[in-house]
Amino acid sequence: MNAKQIDQQTLLRDETDPLTHTPVHLLSLDGVGKHYGNIIALRDVTMAVDNGRVTCVLGDNGAGKSTLIKIIAGLHQHDEGTLKIMGEERNFSSPRDALDAGIATVYQDLAVVPLMPIWRNFFLGSELTSGFGPFKSMDVQKMKDITLKELAEMGIDLRDVEQPIGQLSGGERQCVAIARAVYFGAKVLILDEPTAALGVKQSGVVLRYILQARDRGLGVIFITHNPHHAFPVGDRFLLLKRGKSIGYFDKKDITLDELTAQMAGGAELAELAHELEQLGGHGDVVKEVKGEVAGVAQTTGKSYS
Amino acid sequence: MANTATLPPAPAPSSAPGQRGDERIGQRSPFQKLLGRPEVGALVGAVVLFIFFAFVSSTFTQPNALATVLYGSSTIGIMAVGVSLLMIGGEFDLSTGVAVISSALTASLFSWNFSLNAWVGVVLALVVSLGIGFINGWILVKTKLPSFIVTLATFLMLTGLNLALTRAIGGSVSSPSISKLDGFDSAHAVFASSISIGGVEVKITVFFWIILVAIASWILLRTKVGNWIFAVGGDANAARAVGVPVTKTKIGLFMAVGFCGWILGMHNLFAFDAVQSGEGVGNEFLYIIAAVIGGCLLTGGYGSAVGGAIGAFIFGMANKGIVYAQWNPDWFKFFLGLMLLLATIVNLIVKRRAELK
Repeated sequence: MNAKQIDQQTLLRDETDPLTHTPVHLLSLDGVGKHYGNIIALRDVTMAVDNGRVTCVLGDNGAGKSTLIKIIAGLHQHDEGTLKIMGEERNFSSPRDALDAGIATVYQDLAVVPLMPIWRNFFLGSELTSGFGPFKSMDVQKMKDITLKELAEMGIDLRDVEQPIGQLSGGERQCVAIARAVYFGAKVLILDEPTAALGVKQSGVVLRYILQARDRGLGVIFITHNPHHAFPVGDRFLLLKRGKSIGYFDKKDITLDELTAQMAGGAELAELAHELEQLGGHGDVVKEVKGEVAGVAQTTGKSYS
Repeated sequence: MANTATLPPAPAPSSAPGQRGDERIGQRSPFQKLLGRPEVGALVGAVVLFIFFAFVSSTFTQPNALATVLYGSSTIGIMAVGVSLLMIGGEFDLSTGVAVISSALTASLFSWNFSLNAWVGVVLALVVSLGIGFINGWILVKTKLPSFIVTLATFLMLTGLNLALTRAIGGSVSSPSISKLDGFDSAHAVFASSISIGGVEVKITVFFWIILVAIASWILLRTKVGNWIFAVGGDANAARAVGVPVTKTKIGLFMAVGFCGWILGMHNLFAFDAVQSGEGVGNEFLYIIAAVIGGCLLTGGYGSAVGGAIGAFIFGMANKGIVYAQWNPDWFKFFLGLMLLLATIVNLIVKRRAELK
């Protein structure tokens, strides 16, 4: 995809404000902040999510990524700023609220129950039923068929949806969770560090599913601390550090190297190089880190809108 | 799509997964599938035990003896239905043994004290039983304390209440006889009669037991509530995250246990006409043991209602079989302990295999 496409106007597909009929973002945050008592977990975060686009949230441990997704997913409420869905200001009081607004979250632990069969997990909380009154029962065959079909569309061909989901590999479980969110009409899909616990190959599979979800028209929020995973799939990048936004870029405005440098931070890298040298670290490692420091010095002079 | 070039190499999703899936699942024979069922260990145990007692005791396979075994099993099995569901839901209840007696005492003392129709007491007992379950569940979800502590507290309080209130109202350790009250006979017919099948008197509790197992199995396997029960036991946080009403499910499970306790309590009361206020202590373990032998995981998320029923049947066979074989009943507890140990080990292996990544 070329960088020109990622213009703000082209990011919009068919969302318009119901009153003014002007284009709006599917989901947008403006100056959002959150504190727990006197601890400021997050402040002044501005970002947008649109149909068929991937917004990456990057940050190291403790940068506020979890707090941010908890706000969007309805687990916590923000204290400052505004959260808008289709231009309408919202404040979710529960995960159910967020789900009803079309925001589905695939958590790091995936929210699957390992001992339960795949099809039961797939429909957990949104079971299909037939019959009426006290005799309402689950439409088991239909649920199994849909599970099989949806997973096949995401590229997982399973013979047996009866097996416990705990038997699937990490990447496949991730995929089931994504397919579930897609099937249940999610408009915004939040993926919380989906590649964190996976190997290189499995990560690649998950990144592919992210692109598939995007191509199906979902707005994806991809949380990660790995710029190498974020850059290939992302359209927009929000960088968080110590609870604060340190940059929000369109893909056309940033390169992978700049992204990596921004994330690591120049001063810390310089310090690390110094420390490694003192500890008698490997020559080329130190050189590499020093190279990064130089890169950061180059890029931080640049200004971003 | 210039970006895909920078993706880590991954197999094309369309070609590889079919093979990959097969490779991981392999071919499972119907026999292996059967072995994957939670209650299969208990079923094998039950068959072995049945054959064993059929050999050592000539009277064990007589229809009358079997009816007695079934009756003994049903008094455990009715409770084991609720306790199994609760265990699959990830909790257990130590107050069940005395709660059964509380229910019976409520019905008897209330009707007797106000000289009311026995059925008034029966209805009040249902309210009290469901209420005990509700309180257990409510305290559990509100405080997030382990069910062991919450229900241990309820167990102790109910034990005390049973003794104290019975003495305060009836003036004795046993509840007063209610056989003269209106409605006693009809209540007796409903809760404690026998039904003749081919000349063999089968206690009505056996039928209650079978109906409850059937309803519980249907709920567990074919309704969304069943899906929720597995989920709250397997991983309550995951269940909550996908929108399962965890609180309602858990409280509902405790109330279901209360309902089973009410049925058994009414049977205990109307089978005679009075209840000993100190009874029931220790029975809670029998129900839990039946559920565990039947393949319910103590940690939740796995098991079946049929398994709990088979566990209760094993219990009934061992209990009565030892008498029919004319052995010293002292051996019974030893058998029970051994069976519990074996069953738990089998369950552990099953769970490990299921969680294999």
